[in-house]
Amino acid sequence: MPGITREEVAHLARLARLELKPEELDHFAGQLDDIIGAVARVSEVADQDVPPTSHPLPLTNVMRADEVCPSLTPEQALSGAPAQEQQRFKVPQILGED
Amino acid sequence: MTDIIKLTAAETAAKIASGELTAVQVTEAHLARIEAVDEKVHAFLHVDREGALAQARAVDEKRERGEKLGPLAGVPLALKDIFTTEGIPTTVGSKMLEGWIPPYDATLTKRLKAADVVILGKTNMDEFAMGSSTENSAYGPTGNPWDLTKIPGGSGGGSSAALASFQAPLAIGTDTGGSIRQPASVTGTVGVKPTYGAVSRYGMVAFSSSLDQGGPCARTVLDAALLHEVIAGHDPLDSTSIDEPVPPVVEAARNGSVEGMRVGVVKQFRGEGYQAGVIQRFDESVELLKELGAEIVELDCPSFDLALSAYYLIAPSECSSNLARFDGLRYGLRVGDDGTHSAEEVTSLTREAGFGPEVKRRIMLGTYALSSGYYDAYYGSAQKVRTLIKQDFDKAFEQVDVIVSPTTPTTAFAIGERADDPMAMYLADLCTIPTNLAGNAAMSLPCGLAPEDNLPVGLQIIAPVMKDDRLYKVGAAVEAAFVEKWGHPLIEEAPSL
Repeated sequence: MPGITREEVAHLARLARLELKPEELDHFAGQLDDIIGAVARVSEVADQDVPPTSHPLPLTNVMRADEVCPSLTPEQALSGAPAQEQQRFKVPQILGED
Repeated sequence: MTDIIKLTAAETAAKIASGELTAVQVTEAHLARIEAVDEKVHAFLHVDREGALAQARAVDEKRERGEKLGPLAGVPLALKDIFTTEGIPTTVGSKMLEGWIPPYDATLTKRLKAADVVILGKTNMDEFAMGSSTENSAYGPTGNPWDLTKIPGGSGGGSSAALASFQAPLAIGTDTGGSIRQPASVTGTVGVKPTYGAVSRYGMVAFSSSLDQGGPCARTVLDAALLHEVIAGHDPLDSTSIDEPVPPVVEAARNGSVEGMRVGVVKQFRGEGYQAGVIQRFDESVELLKELGAEIVELDCPSFDLALSAYYLIAPSECSSNLARFDGLRYGLRVGDDGTHSAEEVTSLTREAGFGPEVKRRIMLGTYALSSGYYDAYYGSAQKVRTLIKQDFDKAFEQVDVIVSPTTPTTAFAIGERADDPMAMYLADLCTIPTNLAGNAAMSLPCGLAPEDNLPVGLQIIAPVMKDDRLYKVGAAVEAAFVEKWGHPLIEEAPSL
């Protein structure tokens, strides 16, 4: 498997929405490379006929009756918002000028 | 007052029920203890003095009215800062949620309140429960009461340190890869990871959803059982909650015995990296089990050698997804919202400022493991290892009733010792991780001090899914035998602070 380069860390940081500082890119490149090197052994079982397990319990959809029940008030739901306006979350600009 | 803080939870509850002590007296004694020692230990991130006293007064009034009290009514508890608490800050040990006051209680919080348990405050933890030392808390590390220069374990170091320093007789932890059991082990306390799905995760800030499990922490096996019964049980608000009766854990803790039980010892849980004193105390525990009437069975679980690797792919993968919700838009920190940045840039700047290094490392590791071209080799393969581990446990439990092992390969290490070496840090969870991957139940309880450093060693007991009562049956028998052998509970040897 490939070593993790600084450029690769920068790419991962973009995907993960992390605005890493230049010194962090170097630091994490070394550490991620070490970790990936150490955990890559899992691929030794990859060609075996083993079904994957994603969860310890067999998951089933849980449904409830379609009834109105108490929930948070708008004030409660907005109580932790960094910014709000007219009972709504106020977010930074999402659409561009053009 | 000193005597009050040394009582077990069961003793405290009995004294409150009989009127020998009031809940207010008990709460005041613990608040005084927190005031006296927590500056040194740093177990708490937030102490809810007024709220705790109000809860205690309510218990006393209830008793005066002749109403029936629950088995833990009036007993103080330290709650890991990962559970939401209405009106009380919940930070998850992160700057990302600094100052956030949840508008609702987690199911676990609700159950504690309904049982009249007095919540003293919120305890320190590794940020988003990622770590084995509580050094990754954005609010500074917690010290181990046995030696304040050592780690108290992680991620629930605050909860375990609160118990070991007599700031609370009960605490709550969460265990994704060992974060209840490893802190219990290194602080000489008892910690239980119930079967996955036995305790609701509703209102517990998610790290790795298929692994995270809340559970009880205490100084005795019976106290842990009493707390287990309060917090466990089906919750319709959590789709992964098991809809089955809670196993009879309190009854098991009151009737400890290993007579006629088959106890497995796994070949893979020893060898390189294990401290000599840890192995010595573990071997003595196995001898003790034999003396108490258990049959010891050697087990070979070859896939356990790959468990750590699988965990450090699965947990980061799930965390990279779970922590995407911390985007600075609806709650928590927001950075860069000065009108010059787009929402996407604000999210990236917020996450850079709000997350610490361990969280960023795991988010990127997960992003890598899930990315196109690497998915099959890493995440997909880790899931196959998970299947093999479950199969190893299934085979093992055809032969034995419980499995025992050391909880951690070493005793508490020094604060800072492994901070720059993630792989060395991850090794602390070597023995605890297989059970998280398979979903079964496990406990850690003290089995002595390592001769080389006089620090606590933990014995891990592992039981099959929904057979949590076996942990308590075996744990209570071992605990009673050790107390008889030592002449007192191990925690009494902890240095006074």
